[in-house]
Amino acid sequence: MKSFFDKLAGSKQGAIGFLILAALILVVFPLTLDAFRLNMVGKYLTYAFVAVGLVLCWGYGGILSLGQGIFFGLGGYCMAMFLKLEASDPESTRIQSTPGIPDFMDWNQLTELPLFWEPFHSFGFTLLAVVAVPVLLAFIVGLAMFKRRVGDVYFSIVTQAIAAILTILIIGQQGLTGGVNGITDLRTLMGWDIRSHEAKTVLYFVGAFLLLACILIGRFILASKLGRLLMAMRDKEERVRFSGYDVASFKIFVFCVAAAFSGIGGALFTLQVGFMSPSFVGIVPSIEMVIFAAVGGRMSLLGAVYGALLVNYGKTVFSESFPELWLYFMGGLFIAVVMYFPNGLAGLYQSHGRKWLARLGRWRPKARRAEPVAARPAPSSTPEPTSPALETTP
Amino acid sequence: MSPTGFQSPKPVLAIEGLTVSFDGFKAVDNLNLYLDRNEVRVVIGPNGAGKTTVLDLICGKTRATAGSIEFDGRELTKMKEFDIVRAGVGRKFQNPSIYENLSVFENLEMSYPAGRKVFGALFFKRSAEVVARVEEVAAEIGLADQLHDEAGLLSHGQKQWLEIGMLLMQDPALLMLDEPVAGMSVSERLQTAELLKRISQGRSVLVIEHDMEFVKSIAHRVTVLHQGKLLAEGSMDAVQNNPKVIEVYLGH
Repeated sequence: MKSFFDKLAGSKQGAIGFLILAALILVVFPLTLDAFRLNMVGKYLTYAFVAVGLVLCWGYGGILSLGQGIFFGLGGYCMAMFLKLEASDPESTRIQSTPGIPDFMDWNQLTELPLFWEPFHSFGFTLLAVVAVPVLLAFIVGLAMFKRRVGDVYFSIVTQAIAAILTILIIGQQGLTGGVNGITDLRTLMGWDIRSHEAKTVLYFVGAFLLLACILIGRFILASKLGRLLMAMRDKEERVRFSGYDVASFKIFVFCVAAAFSGIGGALFTLQVGFMSPSFVGIVPSIEMVIFAAVGGRMSLLGAVYGALLVNYGKTVFSESFPELWLYFMGGLFIAVVMYFPNGLAGLYQSHGRKWLARLGRWRPKARRAEPVAARPAPSSTPEPTSPALETTP
Repeated sequence: MSPTGFQSPKPVLAIEGLTVSFDGFKAVDNLNLYLDRNEVRVVIGPNGAGKTTVLDLICGKTRATAGSIEFDGRELTKMKEFDIVRAGVGRKFQNPSIYENLSVFENLEMSYPAGRKVFGALFFKRSAEVVARVEEVAAEIGLADQLHDEAGLLSHGQKQWLEIGMLLMQDPALLMLDEPVAGMSVSERLQTAELLKRISQGRSVLVIEHDMEFVKSIAHRVTVLHQGKLLAEGSMDAVQNNPKVIEVYLGH
């Protein structure tokens, strides 16, 4: 019988893969990158939360959500509202016609804080809302869709529509949401200046630890009976239903988990980048997030993190030189992944990387034949993603 | 085979006036059917007679337009699919419907009636009880040696048995099998007949089948459907000699 900790670590290979990722983001990046680059990686890692959630709900659950930006945005906006309220104390807003409310509200002739902003004075409430608001919306959408057996491509279209609606709503309600500019000019978190390099480094580590925690939660889910049920539902939904399971409730659950991860990612994004705007909510960012998961490997929790890092790094490098071509390149990348490597980088590692490593292992002892020490197998250390789950799924 | 005309006072399954119409076409038309405890009933009939639709109606996959299905004192027509399963109705599909990527053990475990809700499944533990039950069922269906093989690697016949095994895990009071021996070799058919005789102890079994030798070897009673209506019912001999049945079905 598997113990709780075995479930978290997965197989030996899974544990190694996890430790390599942890070492990479907790030690290698902080030691080798300057503060600016590290902050950039920190921003990429906030997208990785969404990608990890997509591995659960798309890779394993078969639910392709093209609207994860909704939840990323909701988490981000919740955090931004708290920070904005803190930045809008009566002293620093004394030149406004109504001091003490966020500046964009004043510009829009609002004279008092809207009611739904009030609870965001509390940091505790905000932390709760970062997870609860996305989960609540995911629950409502899931309930409405999955109970009626809306699935596959129809579900994807509905999520896109919701992403579009939410963007329009945020942009249209300028006085309540900051409109197209978003919520900007965020300064302190409980008096702590989040704009300094030190603060950004601390926030980077907070994000990194939370991401690793989300991966462990994901592993726990996948190692449980619920994880096997997700795969069973994806392949033989009727059989699962007629084995006595309420299929919809499992789909709602995994969709809510993905939404929770996305919300946490969004809140960290706001903290790291210092603003939140509707450009992270809509259809285009939502699809980009799916591409991160697809490139990394939709069946691999660790792969999704590498996917988010690599695609975003590519985006930064590529869009600096050829800003117009980036979107075409991104589209091409997605098509290539879907057509030629459906399991992404993690799949490539499974099919080619391992063999290559094994060959490396055989080659090494030969080179040191003179040494009397028995040949040891090559250390399977590699920055490539590894997934224990892939072994059960071709 | 077995005595006919035997009517227990209270059938386990009572279908009365069951009708379903798809855009005006009545796939099942005012059907009455009673199934006794411990009875093995085979439903036969030409293609399009509504046999599979009757199973769909019982297990909730299709909703009835009119009529009632009473199982063990409960009305099934309004119940959700998973509640019908939990009430004790197990259904095997026509094509083997198993989880190809999971092992035989995991396939059987998936149908173990515990951890059926979200958090129950999340914290489900593979206890000694579960393992014992899986091993018991695997021995029953002849897959004890393949327990840890991937289910996708099994032969067609073994997949059919595995799906029957998955139903047995739930210990249903009513077992419904849609063409269980389709695509099986002669020896596999014989083994399946033996299996059905063993597992029908203590439960009722409703089978759809075309293979007459197989039907003869397992059926207590036979129901013949034609165009969604009941054409004949009785022992295999009586049905085979029924002129109406010969005309629409067996005569071909």
